[in-house]
Amino acid sequence: MGDQDLPGVLVSDLEGPHGICEDHAEDLKRHFNLITMQDFLENKAQLGPKIQAVYIWGGRPAVNQELLCSLPSLKIVASAGAGLDHLDLGLVASFGVKVANTPHAVSSPTADLGMALLLAAARRVVEGHELAVSPHTENFPTDYMGQQVTGATLGIIGMGSIGYKIAQRARAFEMKIVYHNRKRRKLEEEEAVGAIYCEKLDDLLQRSDFVMLAVSLTPQTQGLIGKRELRLMKPTAILINIGRGLLVDQDALVEALQTGLIKAAALDVTYPEPLPRDHPLLELKNITLTPHIGSATHQARRQMMENLVESILASFSGLPIPNEVLLK
Amino acid sequence: MSAMHMSVLLLGRRVSPRTQETCEIFDQLQISAGAKVPSFNPARPSEHRGQQQTMGDQDLPGVLVSDLEGPHGICEDHAEDLKRHFNLITMQDFLENKAQLGPKIQAVYIWGGRPAVNQELLCSLPSLKIVASAGAGLDHLDLGLVASFGVKVANTPHAVSSPTADLGMALLLAAARRVVEGHELAVSPHTENFPTDYMGQQVTGATLGIIGMGSIGYKIAQRARAFEMKIVYHNRKRRKLEEEEAVGAIYCEKLDDLLQRSDFVMLAVSLTPQTQGLIGKRELRLMKPTAILINIGRGLLVDQDALVEALQTGLIKAAALDVTYPEPLPRDHPLLELKNITLTPHIGSATHQARRQMMENLVESILASFSGLPIPNEVLLK
Repeated sequence: MGDQDLPGVLVSDLEGPHGICEDHAEDLKRHFNLITMQDFLENKAQLGPKIQAVYIWGGRPAVNQELLCSLPSLKIVASAGAGLDHLDLGLVASFGVKVANTPHAVSSPTADLGMALLLAAARRVVEGHELAVSPHTENFPTDYMGQQVTGATLGIIGMGSIGYKIAQRARAFEMKIVYHNRKRRKLEEEEAVGAIYCEKLDDLLQRSDFVMLAVSLTPQTQGLIGKRELRLMKPTAILINIGRGLLVDQDALVEALQTGLIKAAALDVTYPEPLPRDHPLLELKNITLTPHIGSATHQARRQMMENLVESILASFSGLPIPNEVLLK
Repeated sequence: MSAMHMSVLLLGRRVSPRTQETCEIFDQLQISAGAKVPSFNPARPSEHRGQQQTMGDQDLPGVLVSDLEGPHGICEDHAEDLKRHFNLITMQDFLENKAQLGPKIQAVYIWGGRPAVNQELLCSLPSLKIVASAGAGLDHLDLGLVASFGVKVANTPHAVSSPTADLGMALLLAAARRVVEGHELAVSPHTENFPTDYMGQQVTGATLGIIGMGSIGYKIAQRARAFEMKIVYHNRKRRKLEEEEAVGAIYCEKLDDLLQRSDFVMLAVSLTPQTQGLIGKRELRLMKPTAILINIGRGLLVDQDALVEALQTGLIKAAALDVTYPEPLPRDHPLLELKNITLTPHIGSATHQARRQMMENLVESILASFSGLPIPNEVLLK
């Protein structure tokens, strides 16, 4: 009964593959009265006014006009992760509701995964594992080659916190780093990682042995990598996407991989997720796919939860909100 | 006309009866087996069995290789470069004409661990100056035996360090973040939705314990540091202070200490009688239950049965192995069925650039041995 006095926070579910992290439920319940979407939908009139925050985990629940209208007491929408493409920021702002995300909690594990995918694709780890465990394997071939990472050129598209951490990691592999970003980074920041600014994306594409997409999805960046861009890349180049699936024209990518226009690709993100089971990307030998696990470590998820709690509590007290997302 | 008479006439030169007889017996066996056998001409031994070489190659020093093509031969892309310096003699050709070819062979070029160099081979190569072996590993060679024949040994430790360190990091990250499992989930026909609770171990900020701080181990430390990993290491000899400080590595005099502290344990040590079975049941028990073991050294460094049990019972979290014993593992080996294992087919140095550099290093060492110059990458008996 004590929970009833705590401020109401809307979540998708308390368990299951689309709910909040089960390990986090206890911690959250210390601060909030958690109301699931199912409970809310069954009793909108009673529960609606109690809800002061929406806690988005794994992109759920979806926040649309209908929901915003039914939550008169809503102060904040707090969304786990860095991505915001699932939210209509203008719409939320029009209701006088704040938005917060967790960009810092995800940057290190996402940068780690970017490097994991770069290395896995370069050295053909998934194919190698399949060969090593295949019932048909009698001998290991001595001509099983990969692309060398040490000394190669990495082109980073999107030099935010994630892109910059990737540069820091790549530098230790003696990689040459070039980057493309809306804004150029400060000189000291460039020098710290030896990164060279490419004002033109085309320039980066032509120079790179590895192309890393670490940029957020906006109307301007959708389809950033299409047929034309893939053609500019080296035939030995490898594309890695840890941003959003829609940054890439997937049909063009399939063709590029099938025809050897580029060497290989590694994608943590696709559109949709998961891909239809008959999608051509699933059959290619030169692709590595992971199920959108950029921030999927116990430590990062816990930190995301703590960041969201902090932002929500600040919004309730009228204090400055950490990780607040402001409309540009 | 007897076979012997025919051979003498065809050859048109005197050869020792023993060699001739050996060749004839071999050829007779081949003929009865239905093979077409061109007459053996010692003036052009490499033309036997259809190998085409110009007369000029005959003047080049002979170098024994396992094969010129195929999965167990030298790198096909390298053949042209090698032939500019050497008269390449394959094991098959050599075995068919030991007496003739033996004395021509001044070097053995070991690629992918072949050919094997044993007492019998060394005895049949009176002109042998050097055994040049691709890669860093030497566990396939009896160094004392080779030295007893007055033959030098060279390997290619530097060509392999960067790509092997890269692969060590690739395996660490792949195992930590469950990349292989994730790929399988992403492509499985049964996958309808991606689970939001698919977790991995965080690499940033974790502790990496490096066993073996040679060139490869040190390069791993350099890479791991950029992931903000805390680095501890165990080595026969402690590294210099500046070297430790450059990568923030802390020396663990006791292996047990490293095992207890590490979230990731990286085996980058060479296989010797002292290091065989270095990681057994006892060592696995000392590791954290969340720890991940990565082996880029040699399969025999690890007690494989103990590892299987540790992975099955959750004594450690996962393992990633580029090397096993044997390679490949038998197809019914329990390691192949585990979910928490990542295996690669011994590809530590398998990049085009590294392989080319290895070949160039070997050529350099071989040529130096022929000229009596100091041999780069010479392996000295300790």
